[in-house]
Amino acid sequence: MATRQSRSAARLMMAPAVILLLGWMLVPLIMTLLFSFKKYLPLRGGDLGWVGFDNYIRFVSSSAFWPSIYATLVVVGGVLIITVGFGILLAILLNQPMWGQGIVRILVIAPFFVMPTVSALVWKNMFMDPVNGLLAHLWKFFGATPIEWLSQASLQSIVMIVSWQWLPFATLILLTAIQSLDSEQLEAAEMDGAPPLKRFGYITLPHLGRAITVVVLIQTIFLLSVFAEIFVTTGGAFGTRTLTYLIYQRVLESQNVGLGSAGGVYAIILANIVAIFLMRAVGKNLDA
Amino acid sequence: MARAVTRNRKIVNTALAWGIGLLIFFPILWTILTSFKTEAQAISDPPVFLAFDWTLENYGIVLERSNYMRFLWNSVIIAGGSTVLGIIVAVPAAWSMAFVPSRRTKDILLWMLSTKMLPAVGVLYPIYLIFIRLGILDSRTGLVIVLMLMNLPIIVWMLYTYFREIPGEILEAARMDGASLKNEIVHVLMPMAVPGIASTLLLNFILAWNEAFWTLNLTAANAAPLTAFIASYSSPEGLFFAKLSAASTMAIAPILILGWFSQKQLVSGLTFGAVK
Amino acid sequence: MSFRKASFAATAMTLVTAGGALAETLTIATVNNGDMIRMQGLTQDFTDRTGHTVEWVTLEENVLRQRVTTDIAAKGGSFDIMTIGMYETPIWAANGWLVPLDDLSAEYDADDILPAMANGLSHEGTLYAAPFYGESSMLMYRTDLMEKAGLEMPKAPTWQFVKEAAAAMTDRDNDINGICLRGKAGWGEGGAFITAMSNSFGARWFDEDWNAQFDTQAWADTLNFYVDMMTESGPAGYATNGFNENLSLFQQGKCGMWIDATVAASFVTNPNESTVADKVGFALAPDNGLGKRSNWLWAWALAIPAGTQKEAAAKEFIEWATSKSYIELVAAKEGWANVPPGTRTSLYENPEYQSVPFAQMTLDSILSADPKNPTVDPVPYVGIQFAAIPEFAGIATEVSQEFSAVYAGQQTVEEALAKAQALTNDAMEAAGYR
Repeated sequence: MATRQSRSAARLMMAPAVILLLGWMLVPLIMTLLFSFKKYLPLRGGDLGWVGFDNYIRFVSSSAFWPSIYATLVVVGGVLIITVGFGILLAILLNQPMWGQGIVRILVIAPFFVMPTVSALVWKNMFMDPVNGLLAHLWKFFGATPIEWLSQASLQSIVMIVSWQWLPFATLILLTAIQSLDSEQLEAAEMDGAPPLKRFGYITLPHLGRAITVVVLIQTIFLLSVFAEIFVTTGGAFGTRTLTYLIYQRVLESQNVGLGSAGGVYAIILANIVAIFLMRAVGKNLDA
Repeated sequence: MARAVTRNRKIVNTALAWGIGLLIFFPILWTILTSFKTEAQAISDPPVFLAFDWTLENYGIVLERSNYMRFLWNSVIIAGGSTVLGIIVAVPAAWSMAFVPSRRTKDILLWMLSTKMLPAVGVLYPIYLIFIRLGILDSRTGLVIVLMLMNLPIIVWMLYTYFREIPGEILEAARMDGASLKNEIVHVLMPMAVPGIASTLLLNFILAWNEAFWTLNLTAANAAPLTAFIASYSSPEGLFFAKLSAASTMAIAPILILGWFSQKQLVSGLTFGAVK
Repeated sequence: MSFRKASFAATAMTLVTAGGALAETLTIATVNNGDMIRMQGLTQDFTDRTGHTVEWVTLEENVLRQRVTTDIAAKGGSFDIMTIGMYETPIWAANGWLVPLDDLSAEYDADDILPAMANGLSHEGTLYAAPFYGESSMLMYRTDLMEKAGLEMPKAPTWQFVKEAAAAMTDRDNDINGICLRGKAGWGEGGAFITAMSNSFGARWFDEDWNAQFDTQAWADTLNFYVDMMTESGPAGYATNGFNENLSLFQQGKCGMWIDATVAASFVTNPNESTVADKVGFALAPDNGLGKRSNWLWAWALAIPAGTQKEAAAKEFIEWATSKSYIELVAAKEGWANVPPGTRTSLYENPEYQSVPFAQMTLDSILSADPKNPTVDPVPYVGIQFAAIPEFAGIATEVSQEFSAVYAGQQTVEEALAKAQALTNDAMEAAGYR
């Protein structure tokens, strides 16, 4: 179908997007690489010369490095499990006949419209505050000692806040996928007396495979760079310092751009490892 | 009898769905309610739900202190501009990927997505210096460009998945009739892809509206959008729950209202190729 | 009125001196504290006097810091005036990033600025930032609870007394905590408090060769004392409490004592915001018999980045905002208790201001702070609750995060101090000190 002419036209049409993104990727990437081999301290006059791999060694040998990898994986993994798990359940529920379906759908997708900064501020102050927060009042109402969310359950709290924001996204995509499921197939299975759990496992879940992959892929990209939620709530304390946050501390709080850039290179490597895993999975699912 | 069962099931479904929906929505509802309380009522123990003296005082204070309309306008321009520009750049690329695929198409797509994984803060200084050099620091133009680049991979991906669902035969037919490439895209492809484009537009508008790193760090007085507006209300001195709630409500209300009115378009188009 | 007259005179003067002066628009970055918000509300007075208009960029403290630091280090020129603190001023001035404020008008009376403040905002004897308000820290306590506990607060208490008084005032059933202190991570939050406190225990950040000192007994004593006292008499979740959280607790009557910034005094005695406004007493921050008290010194000040095109107008603004007449303007509109405190000698000589309940204790606290000799043993740095070196903010934030993890019960004092020692030495090595 594709002639040589249309092929070259296609290349031409792809060019603007590819060139722009290439620039947007290469310019910062090259600068990050460059800085990562330099002693670059803005508060001490900027560029203080080449230092080889010093920044790379220092970044990983810091006691904060491995905990930050752990925190990153917990946040990304935790949010993915929660949003996909609850997303499937919610999607199935929302696909059932009910009254006021449109309004319920609006209620469920609303958190997606809230700025991360705002949602973090609201959760931190109005819900998770151990004295004046609503959750503290709730705990006290039932005679329990209020949980000090952001210090005692810090990572869980962050996972909860971020999950709240991304659950709508997962639910929406999964819902569209479920709606495209052939209902005759399900009804036939129901006639044959297959119990609901079996119907879910053998028909619904496989059908959702592709949608789940897409949710995981897109969300991972955004979750790896979660920042505002941590900045506002714990400021990286209590084990919530993710790799992104650690880089922020090195670049902006310590004003050590060289060290932060080396961290940036590690973050790119981590992202690529994750990406390779994901793309294997997606690649399979995306082949039309 | 079967009818009674379905009716009962419908009642259960409705109750369950409404319960969960309200639970998910509750933090937003609570913020909106708190914005109408006085500071003392906002932290009263036990908390008051509806039985308080409703006041607009907080909105008055916020409006007096900040030029809300300017922040709002900047948000609209930046989010709108970057999204529209992104779609203009992405349509041709997505078209060629969808209709003239090559062996490398999938690689290019995934590579595009991977450009989103570079941590932003690591390149703050380089980008800052480039912006100074180009004279676009604290300008809406600068932010439109950055946010367009940030969201471009998502836009290309979304459009690509919509375009692929359009049968190639229709385009062939148009071509047989002698339509030029431009006509083919504008008159044949675009009308068929409207739902997809609408949902791409909406999703990326939301993403750009909520972006809080570059919009905060590359602006001062002229181009600051609502994310900067919020940064002036978080953790000040003294009681602030009610004022924070009012500011938060003002920051999210426009996008929330837009989202509600357009949720049909957003939902129907938001598939990312998840459905075949 | 005298204001009106002064305003006319000022307008006339600018017209003459500037010779058809251009009306400039100044972009000013500031922090969202109450006094600055008030200043924004009074901007019109400045515009009436000079013809210049002002664009405010008001940000939360942490965001403001990262924003102005990036801009000045990259020479972005986004702001004509920046609100910075005692920590940034000497560092930036040494880099040549700030316009010296050595030619302010005679009417401004720069000699009237409290010497402690002027010293902290100078580099090699030249003023680089004009203080908008200054603060030390002091002890605020509930007179009624103190009486109920059968105790009397001395003017200059010791830590031992404070600990005992806190235990005596604590009444968990009625939600009253004997003492509220900062525990929140961040060098300007809990980090500032514990550093100032450690000074009175004989601890220091660095020895004279820039070696970290967290392996000393003095630091262990400081942290153990703090943790014991807070466990016994502090509020739940103090590991995440900063200035604002404690202010809110105190205003709600949930704290017996609170040691924090002197500016808090006007909030806790304001009947519109505080439920305990008429029951607050003040004392100096505690000591431990070693000759150093645990109070800090800080000022939020206005500075002009070098290279701005609007230097003259920016100076006019700084002269207006930190002047005696600005203080009078606020006093006339909001009362003397609400004027920006801690900057001018003349304010504390004003009989009307002396009748403000916390005025004298604020001044005494400021006067007892000495940033040049902050610790019992000698140190190579200037600053009480900070060390004025570029690396400090980053290091101290990480150290205070380790400390907060102790407060939250996630690690022991020993573990935290060992980590603090390692990461401080590592960062100092990276910066080339050792």
